[in-house]
Amino acid sequence: MNLEVKIAGVTFKNPIILASGCCGFGQEYDKFYPMEALGGLSLKGLTPNERQGNPPPRVAETPSGMLNSVGLQNPGIDAFLERELPNLAGRDTVKIANAAGATVEEYAYMAQRLDASPIDMIEANISCPNVKQGGAAFGTDCSMAAQVVTAMRKNTTKPLMVKLSPNVTDIVSIAKSVEDAGADAISLINTLLGMRIDISTRRPVLHQNVGGLSGPAVFPIALRMVWQVAGAVKIPVVGLGGIAKWQDVIEMMIAGAKAVQIGAALFGDPFTPVKILEGIQQWMEQKGISDINDIIGSVQPY
Amino acid sequence: MAYLQGSFPIIQKQQFNSDTYSFYIRCPEMAAQTVPGQFVNLKIPGFSLRRPISVCQRDDEVLRLVFQIRGEGTKELAALEPGMKADLLGPLGNGFPQLPPKAKVILAGGGIGVPPLLALAQVYGRNATALLGFRNKESLILEGEFAAECDTRVATDDGSFGYHGFVTGLLERRLSEGPADMIFACGPLAMLKGIADIAEKNQIPCKVSVEERMACGIGACLVCACRTVRDGKEIYSHVCTDGPVFDSREVVL
Ligand SMILES: Cc1cc2nc3c(=O)[nH]c(=O)nc-3n(C[C@H](O)[C@H](O)[C@H](O)COP(=O)(O)OP(=O)(O)OC[C@H]3O[C@@H](n4cnc5c(N)ncnc54)[C@H](O)[C@@H]3O)c2cc1C
Ligand SMILES: Cc1cc2nc3c(=O)[nH]c(=O)nc-3n(C[C@H](O)[C@H](O)[C@H](O)COP(=O)(O)O)c2cc1C
Ligand code: FES
Repeated sequence: MNLEVKIAGVTFKNPIILASGCCGFGQEYDKFYPMEALGGLSLKGLTPNERQGNPPPRVAETPSGMLNSVGLQNPGIDAFLERELPNLAGRDTVKIANAAGATVEEYAYMAQRLDASPIDMIEANISCPNVKQGGAAFGTDCSMAAQVVTAMRKNTTKPLMVKLSPNVTDIVSIAKSVEDAGADAISLINTLLGMRIDISTRRPVLHQNVGGLSGPAVFPIALRMVWQVAGAVKIPVVGLGGIAKWQDVIEMMIAGAKAVQIGAALFGDPFTPVKILEGIQQWMEQKGISDINDIIGSVQPY
Repeated sequence: MAYLQGSFPIIQKQQFNSDTYSFYIRCPEMAAQTVPGQFVNLKIPGFSLRRPISVCQRDDEVLRLVFQIRGEGTKELAALEPGMKADLLGPLGNGFPQLPPKAKVILAGGGIGVPPLLALAQVYGRNATALLGFRNKESLILEGEFAAECDTRVATDDGSFGYHGFVTGLLERRLSEGPADMIFACGPLAMLKGIADIAEKNQIPCKVSVEERMACGIGACLVCACRTVRDGKEIYSHVCTDGPVFDSREVVL
């Protein structure tokens, strides 16, 4: 049975990747099961300099999901390269650096720094809703998105994946812009902007007032966007948003995703990725499917 | 240290008053690794986020959790009965630092912050003084169990039991009787601030257990931020891994 998928020249032993911001720098869930079980890891979003992130509370519960307003807390690219990335050396899983910046120049700088590192792939995060500057501002405008990708492309030969924001009216045109600007792959979706209010205090639950929604609640939106984008671009698409069980992964892949990422589901059940892999294998066996690649984009739309 | 997660049987349930419960959960592997001050993250069916609950007591087989109904999740939790299973992730957090058992320690707890200190009362025995604060006589919990281990003094906000006033008042009194090597505190923020101030004035090291909303519980998501000062610089630490126990001089309360 083959679970291997190839994205932008990088081989993933299976299509399950942990989503950025939900698995730190890879060490935490490694304490439950070896990271070698996973196709890849998308590490915590990085910026040129250290960021402390937003004041707490940074999390709110929602029906079938959660809001977060972490705000890209990270030690900065230097500390990542010196202190964190070496811990992943020799570990057999695809390591993806998730990179963000406040300006086009900062994105370009991130690409340059990561190009000289042993990272396997770069995921440009042009979709973080929790930072004042940059972030989603780049992911909601076609020409800005293209500028970021062009600038990064100039500075790196590493596979470059671009992570899109769902907080747009036309996801397909953004996807096409980043493809034209030189992206090797697209991942989507980042979180959807949401809000909760504590009715007794009349205060928003999150200190930032608003935050990014993820978890099963967003799955149908993510699926729809993955389907639309996969049908419109030639580069591979990595699907994420609300995946919690193996059926969700099969659904995403049938819609056109070549691989998937798992985020918020980890918090409820850290073993989600392992259980999903078991489920997929059983399903393939039952259906007589010998290669997972055979189901990618196999949806039969009306 | 490995993290563990699984569904474990509730072997005993106690109800203290209208909203506070105690569960004994058999989870030998997890219990064996747990130290006082650590917590578990509990999955409640129907809720997307786990609920952090401190360990009140442990032995080699069983963890005891004491919790208060605060919202929908803890209400649902209270409906579990012996024989049913609870999904725990743990042991989590740093726990209280360990001093020699002969050290003179003060355990300052307020309300639902009282239970995690019971494990310390067992460690330090007669060398510990427990100062326990409650709203009123009805909300009093675990007083007898503390008294069986150590010198125990109770305060109520309304004077309906013990000392009329706050734990800070009990602390001033206790310090007037003699020094202490360390203060361990857990309770509402206002109480922790008061305790930390008194500790500072008297130059006694003080460790406080703080709360923040959580998701992963293991340092992977960074939502449980807490203002701390390290090397003169203010940073956001994370309650689930850097805490929940912080030095009172390091954490911005
Ligand atoms: C390290 C730690 C140890 C704790 N130990 C205990 C204990 O031993 N006994 C006990 O009764 N309570 C304890 N708490 C508080 C307990 O986690 C909350 O009372 C509980 O999460 C409330 O859930 P709910 O669904 O009833 O409330 P809701 O208000 O409906 O919860 C909504 C969301 O907010 C979160 N939340 C609400 N209040 C708190 C809070 N005070 N701290 C953290 N998250 C909160 C919930 O987890 C949930 O994600 C502890 C908290 C922390 C961080
Ligand atoms: C706590 C938290 C932190 C996140 N941080 C990042 C980040 O640093 N970079 C990024 O590209 N996405 C980040 N995300 C978004 C996720 O990677 C993912 O796109 C989103 O949560 C949807 O997937 P899910 O429903 O499986 O969680 C974060 C999400 C959460 C919940
Ligand atoms: S709860 Fe995820 S880092 Fe603390």
